[in-house]
Amino acid sequence: MDLLLSLLIILAKSLGILVVLLVLVAYYILADRKIWAAVQLRRGPNVVGPWGVWQSFADMIKFLVKEPIIPDGANKGVFLIAPLVTATLALAAWAVIPVNEGWAVANLNVGVLYIFAISSLGVYGIIMGGWASNSKYPFLAALRSAAQMVSYEVSIGFVIITVLLCAGSLNLTDIVLAQDTKWGFLGWYWLPLFPMFVIFFVSALAETNRPPFDLVEAESELVAGFMVEYSASQYLLFMLGEYVAIVTMCALLTILFFGGWLPPVNIAPFTWVPGVVWFVLKVSWFFFLFAMVKAFVPRYRYDQLMRLGWKVFLPISLVAVIVVAAVLEFVVKVGQ
Amino acid sequence: MTLAAAFFYLFSIVTIASAVMVISARNPVHSVLFLILAFVNAAGLFLLTGAEFLAMILVVVYVGAVAVLFLFVVMMLDVDFAELKQGFLQYLPVGMLVGLVVLVELITVIGVWSVAPQAALNTPTPANLSNTEAIGRVLYTQYVYLFQAAGFVLLTAMIGAIVLTLQHRKNVRRQNIAEQNARTRASAIEVKKVPSRAGV
Amino acid sequence: MPIVTAAKALLLKEFVGAFLLSFRYLLKPKATLNYPHEKNPQSPRYRGEHALRRYPNGEERCIACKLCEAICPAQAITIEAAPRGNDGTRRTTRYDIDMTKCIYCGFCQEACPVDAIVEGPNAEFATETREELFFDKQRLLDNGAIWEREIARNLAADAPYR
Repeated sequence: MDLLLSLLIILAKSLGILVVLLVLVAYYILADRKIWAAVQLRRGPNVVGPWGVWQSFADMIKFLVKEPIIPDGANKGVFLIAPLVTATLALAAWAVIPVNEGWAVANLNVGVLYIFAISSLGVYGIIMGGWASNSKYPFLAALRSAAQMVSYEVSIGFVIITVLLCAGSLNLTDIVLAQDTKWGFLGWYWLPLFPMFVIFFVSALAETNRPPFDLVEAESELVAGFMVEYSASQYLLFMLGEYVAIVTMCALLTILFFGGWLPPVNIAPFTWVPGVVWFVLKVSWFFFLFAMVKAFVPRYRYDQLMRLGWKVFLPISLVAVIVVAAVLEFVVKVGQ
Repeated sequence: MTLAAAFFYLFSIVTIASAVMVISARNPVHSVLFLILAFVNAAGLFLLTGAEFLAMILVVVYVGAVAVLFLFVVMMLDVDFAELKQGFLQYLPVGMLVGLVVLVELITVIGVWSVAPQAALNTPTPANLSNTEAIGRVLYTQYVYLFQAAGFVLLTAMIGAIVLTLQHRKNVRRQNIAEQNARTRASAIEVKKVPSRAGV
Repeated sequence: MPIVTAAKALLLKEFVGAFLLSFRYLLKPKATLNYPHEKNPQSPRYRGEHALRRYPNGEERCIACKLCEAICPAQAITIEAAPRGNDGTRRTTRYDIDMTKCIYCGFCQEACPVDAIVEGPNAEFATETREELFFDKQRLLDNGAIWEREIARNLAADAPYR
């Protein structure tokens, strides 16, 4: 009986976070389009409901009722599994993300590693989809994404290590609590680890295939990249997975560098606001940055992308790991 | 505990089944995909035994990086299956021999032989330490030299690969991005006063 | 100098500049119109959907001279003519415009000696099927009836420059 009850609780928790997350993502997609449009002096979607608030749901219904088309030469099984892989993995990352103290579905001791592992698996959906489509553009996109994601994971890994060194734990809740100092938002890790914060942000853009690193679906070169042959609900799943991955990266930025659910200043009016609100606000701020970046940067060339990953970010983050470790060992310990 | 047992059987059955599919699948890409499935399920088995760190590292390193490169290469191979099948019987005896040797070795390892019987006894997991911390303590104290040696072996392999493949062709114009970014208006533009009908 | 540039790159000097610039644009008034609800001003010379006009007494203007058919560069107009039964005047028995062929050059309007065929101000006549775009005489006369006020006003506004 206890077993059943605990199972039910886990199920209810997962369902709760999924529903909230998906509704949030629907509005983030709308916000993305609106912000992009506004910077280009356009209006963006504004027909479905007031200010277009139902646009994402209308799109969802459209994708669901359309006919899925499977190309004749496609490798059917892999072709159908690929979008599922992308969407499930993107959603699975949210199992460990704490939106408030103790508000995680699973408070895993190796939470950071779990997210890192899950996000490194995200590339499979793209590779499988690109290969199974049996078509030029998707295949080229699959090759590009494989190389791109592997390169940027390396620097993301090292950046995470610097944070772990400071926090002394792999548990996401502990990492947030380690940033709870008397200096408020100045004590969060974005300030002492500012270069790492920048590298993480840029690598997160590359990891989620956002502009300026959207070579995987570069419209002018590869039409729609790995999604060329996809339609209807498969396309919806890919799209959903992509945006959930972006929100995951925003949440990770929030947790690792912006103090998770902590209020910016530890005094009365700020501490009354519940932690979840701070968390969502911070995630939204990072999503706003992602959307703005999409609006104002041109796309990188492929060799420039590789150069940035391997020749700039990797050495800097490697050196940073050593410097942070040395500072922690020799300066902070002596100071105590 | 029944739940853990159920998951154990689920993971192990899927692992074995996908391991079989790796060698029996006709399409090499399917083989790699099954290999990845086997890796993920092995990570699940690690999780069940409480080795969460190992499980995550297995996924990050093998599934997230190594298998991606595997897939990358296999995807681009244009394998002719009919031609591959021709030599199958010819190589069968050698293959069987190699398989037999590996099987015997495996049985020996599992059955009797162990490097240091006291090692397993010496390092029990401390009660107040997490799995990750325990591994770190052992790895960076008792086995630090071996760990560093392994690192050097990998470094050598990496440098070797780079030396073998890196060719600096001459007469190729390369982009120096740092130089381009460092350009200012003063260094890039020159304003000249051109007199009428005289040209520059 | 390289250190200064490296510091600038790492501290995102240009990124922040670009962000602030695009943020200013984000708050600017939109350049696009909210189309079905807002529309651009239209010239009196606008060449939209065709219409066949009538005189104020109800007599149709077209005398079946076929100049429009002759000048149409896309050969979209087909006219057949015969004397009308009751008074024997020359009238069209068939006046078809294939709107899928029409390039909206306005030559028919210029060629017409009696201002019968005109291009009205309407551009919103999208249809669901191709067949609906093969306009016959009745459809064109109906258009004339619907848009007569606007067409007359536009012709009057443009008359001094003809």
